[in-house]
Amino acid sequence: MLILHCPHCGVDAEETELAPGGEAHLKRFGPGSSDAEFESYLFHRENPRGVHFERWRHAFGCGKWFIAARATDTLEVFGTYRAQTAAPPQDIRDAITAKRPGWAWRDLA
Amino acid sequence: MSEPVSALDGAACEGFARVAEQGPRGMITLRGDLASVAVKNAATGVAGVDFPGQRECHVVGERGLAWMSPDELMVMLPHAEVPAAVATMTGALSGEHSLVADVSDARALFRIEGPGAREVLAKLAPVDLSPAAFAPGMIRRTRLAQVPAAFWMAGAETFELVCFRSVAQYVFDLLKGAAAPGGEVGYF
Ligand SMILES: [Zn+2]
Repeated sequence: MLILHCPHCGVDAEETELAPGGEAHLKRFGPGSSDAEFESYLFHRENPRGVHFERWRHAFGCGKWFIAARATDTLEVFGTYRAQTAAPPQDIRDAITAKRPGWAWRDLA
Repeated sequence: MSEPVSALDGAACEGFARVAEQGPRGMITLRGDLASVAVKNAATGVAGVDFPGQRECHVVGERGLAWMSPDELMVMLPHAEVPAAVATMTGALSGEHSLVADVSDARALFRIEGPGAREVLAKLAPVDLSPAAFAPGMIRRTRLAQVPAAFWMAGAETFELVCFRSVAQYVFDLLKGAAAPGGEVGYF
């Protein structure tokens, strides 16, 4: 059972109130990009055992998107923040580091 | 003008709580910057209640304001007042990036009343309904079994609940089943 705090409405929402939106912090490569960049943008996803960043939507609640930093192996949640955030905020990174020293995810560490 | 008819024509049932579909209620969706003075004034001007903070719902009789999301309010008022209220609000917000939409006929409204009312909803929604966690003045948007719904309290033992009109019968049947005599849990 996953419970995520929605940073928009403040509800601690149970998983069945949410809709998953896949990996977070993807950079879009559209017209003008190389085939390799576009392929990577469309298909290449992280599948970590451990720290991960995911998009979620409070679908049955306020309807807003947010990002969750959590561990895929323990379901531990390090924190959530608004989807209008280009990179994980420092307090989220610190929370991860406190529990998982030496963590890495894509080009973050 | 034809008379508005509610989804289930006032269907009701008596279990360990009373479930009753309510007559037509005016509901207007207002979207915009909730920090804007013009938006606040447009909402309170037609509803006549205090402006709600995050997840708050202020209701007095058929009038009320509910916080639906960081940029959305639900304005409640008697059904017959909706056309005039929409015109008033739209005029007041002419210079604002905003949306005013009459959604009255898209919704069904229920009342769940009695000492067991909390239990009825607790069976159906993934929400902490203990008196310490949910009290009058709050609203919760969530799901009821498989469909979206929102509820608030209109009194110490009375909930009001809205869902989409197209699933009104489904929601009535859910509430009726959850309130069936013999189904008391006695947790709260
Ligand atoms: Zn939310």
